Amino acid sequence: MTGNSGDDTPVDVTKGAPQAETGATVATSTEHPPGAAERAAPGSRQGDFGIDTTARTTGQALRDYGTRLRSGELGSLPALLGLLALFILFTVLDKGGVFPSLLNLANLLQQGAGRTIIAMGLVFVLLTGEIDLAAGTASGLAAALMALHLVSGGNMLGAMGTTVFILFVVVMLLAAALAAFLRIWWAVALSVVAALLLVVGFPQNAWLEMLLAISVGVVIGVLTGFLVAKVGMPSFVVTLALFITWQGVILQLIGDGGTLGLRDPVINAVANGNLSTLGSWLLFVVGAGGYALVLLNRQRTRLAKGLVAQPTGLVLLKIGAVVVLGAVATYLLTQDRSPGLIEISGVPYVVPIVLVLLVVGTYVLDRTRFGRHVYAVGGNREAARRAGIDVVRIRASVFVISSAFAAIGAIVYSSKVGSVSPAAGGGNTLLFAVGAAVIGGTSLFGGRGRVSNAVIGGAVLATVENGLGLLKQPAAVVFVITGLVLLVAAGVDVLSRRRSATAGR
Amino acid sequence: MSEPILQLRAVSKSFGAVRVLHDVDFTVRAGEVTALVGDNGAGKSTLVKCVAGIHPIDGGDILFEGNPVTVHSPADAAALGIEVVYQDLALADNLDIVQNMFLGRERGRSWLLDESDMEQAARRTLASLSVRTVTSVRMPVASLSGGQRQTVAIAKAVLWDSKVVLLDEPTAALGVAQTRQVLDLVRRLAEQGLGVVLISHNMADVFEVADRIATLYLGRMVAEVPTKDVTHGQVVELITAGRSGDLGLARPEAAGVTQ
Ligand SMILES: Nc1ncnc2c1ncn2[C@@H]1O[C@H](COP(=O)(O)OP(=O)(O)OP(=O)(O)O)[C@@H](O)[C@H]1O
Ligand SMILES: [Mg+2]
Repeated sequence: MTGNSGDDTPVDVTKGAPQAETGATVATSTEHPPGAAERAAPGSRQGDFGIDTTARTTGQALRDYGTRLRSGELGSLPALLGLLALFILFTVLDKGGVFPSLLNLANLLQQGAGRTIIAMGLVFVLLTGEIDLAAGTASGLAAALMALHLVSGGNMLGAMGTTVFILFVVVMLLAAALAAFLRIWWAVALSVVAALLLVVGFPQNAWLEMLLAISVGVVIGVLTGFLVAKVGMPSFVVTLALFITWQGVILQLIGDGGTLGLRDPVINAVANGNLSTLGSWLLFVVGAGGYALVLLNRQRTRLAKGLVAQPTGLVLLKIGAVVVLGAVATYLLTQDRSPGLIEISGVPYVVPIVLVLLVVGTYVLDRTRFGRHVYAVGGNREAARRAGIDVVRIRASVFVISSAFAAIGAIVYSSKVGSVSPAAGGGNTLLFAVGAAVIGGTSLFGGRGRVSNAVIGGAVLATVENGLGLLKQPAAVVFVITGLVLLVAAGVDVLSRRRSATAGR
Repeated sequence: MSEPILQLRAVSKSFGAVRVLHDVDFTVRAGEVTALVGDNGAGKSTLVKCVAGIHPIDGGDILFEGNPVTVHSPADAAALGIEVVYQDLALADNLDIVQNMFLGRERGRSWLLDESDMEQAARRTLASLSVRTVTSVRMPVASLSGGQRQTVAIAKAVLWDSKVVLLDEPTAALGVAQTRQVLDLVRRLAEQGLGVVLISHNMADVFEVADRIATLYLGRMVAEVPTKDVTHGQVVELITAGRSGDLGLARPEAAGVTQ
């Protein structure tokens, strides 16, 4: 099986006569000095990269995409097709017509959002080839602290007991010191915030409580990251140990059999509230408009600089698809979907929350130096080290990001449930999150994956759960089917890897 | 044009109990190609990695442009203007050609990389190496042939405004025409005033491009001689026995060298 046509030709069959040294100097448009090779071969031409200089047509681009698929770069395609199939399947099977109802679809978004957000953070860890088994219970711990503060009316010292309280503050300050040692400054700041929020003892306030949850997530991430990246323990062992540890801490905070109710309008609205109709359409305009602007701008600059750009037709097609789908979804979600008298309408808050995290996460991974280095560490850690990348810092940072996302996910799922129990974040929360990332196309071997993978995979798993629930299937069936979906996804990952390995060199 | 630009003085390096480099002296001169030869396991790659800041040295000094320097990390070496093509290439398979070439030294701001600038610079450099079979600089390195990967690794090293380039068996995976390109490049780099170190097992290549030949034998530098003063046969003897006539190790010592 050959890969992209022409790639397999060994280099030595080039018509490799030494290029004519015309002596004309290459006009270097940048302020960077020309490299050694450029100075050594001033007369060389740039026109040597077939498709690099000539724009492709939409048809060619689609054919290239086909070639890439055949050579094993499947990305999110299997998951998207699976999602489509599941929708059709459940719509047909659910005789009551509940599954495709707007109420249920909005509910599905709200149900799946929390764990999807945890999965989005996990993508960063998976990209470096590590695993964070503790993300689930870490999220539970963040939720527990948030709920404890709410329930105790801000008296954390009283709610925790002196010993536990002091331990918490000490650990938070320790995390701040470790983060400073690792030079992850934003984590230093948030660890200090966590300690301050505990010590200052502010009165009950939903926003500060959510900030507390997120900064607790950061503290946890710093501890994990330090042990894995600096001490050098395998992430599997560290996070397995911490998984159990955090479960114990949650139990200590909430007490066996207890639950902490989240009776606060702001926290309740996170997963249960909706944007107003105006807000929904504003979200559409900002979201779809922003997407169009980014794509068109990139297209314009690349064409202006004479670089290969995607065919303009294809770009317009993508923008058109997003605009139409976004408009339809917004229109439907702004209709009244309540079966009763009280109107329920508007895009659920979880949609903008997930979208913002998706955009930020994707931007960080695709456009920033940090993101580039995350991929490099996952692809070849030694090469990254030799390129002068601070591998320890990158590996620690991804755990901080993962735990911070987990805390945000915890806020969302706790809001949906309305309370925090000792089981929060335990059970299969983490496995669902890992599964979501993998189903969406993130590789467990590191180096391949995107934040959007987690969103798509999270949607698949939420749909399976929701659909089977509506079909009155017992939990046993739901678990078995969810497991099989994951198995298939992992299988696709391995097969596509093998395929790209053979189709490659 | 034979200023020593990079000098090693009595550099030694051990991995655990195994002494890999014994008091090695080595000089790289600006504007010259110095070939570094030696049998498998002689310590050539280790020497290069010590200069590149990957392995800390246990003893001895490294002088750059006459001044003693400490190279603690690859970034230090790059800051001095030392570039290395590693024997194992050190490319990240999941990144594309441009991303690999600029890895660790991306252009643009930390929060917004300048992709088009990097892409154009990468294309210019690859073009100067006369790479013709790579269809796009945005192809992931995983989908390149072995020789193409090696070319990318070389391009990555000569992309910078560097002063010393060390190439660890850069032509091992290359075909005839591409080897020609690399050898020409090596010569041209030296003509530009760079200090070039070429590690190779191919004596014909060494004799074609090198001004001086340095021979490592079981971790010892046994000879550093101008190419024109030695024959193929002598160099092969130096590599295999550490001694050739009055070159290399003195006779009585030779018996004790076997570690
Ligand atoms: N990281 C390491 N840890 C332990 N021993 C090492 C390490 N790297 C190299 N060595 C040992 O050092 C010696 C020299 O290795 P080196 O790679 O420098 O040889 P070389 O001259 O480059 O050989 P070749 O021509 O095969 O590339 C070998 O005996 C090798 O086993
Ligand atoms: Mg070697």
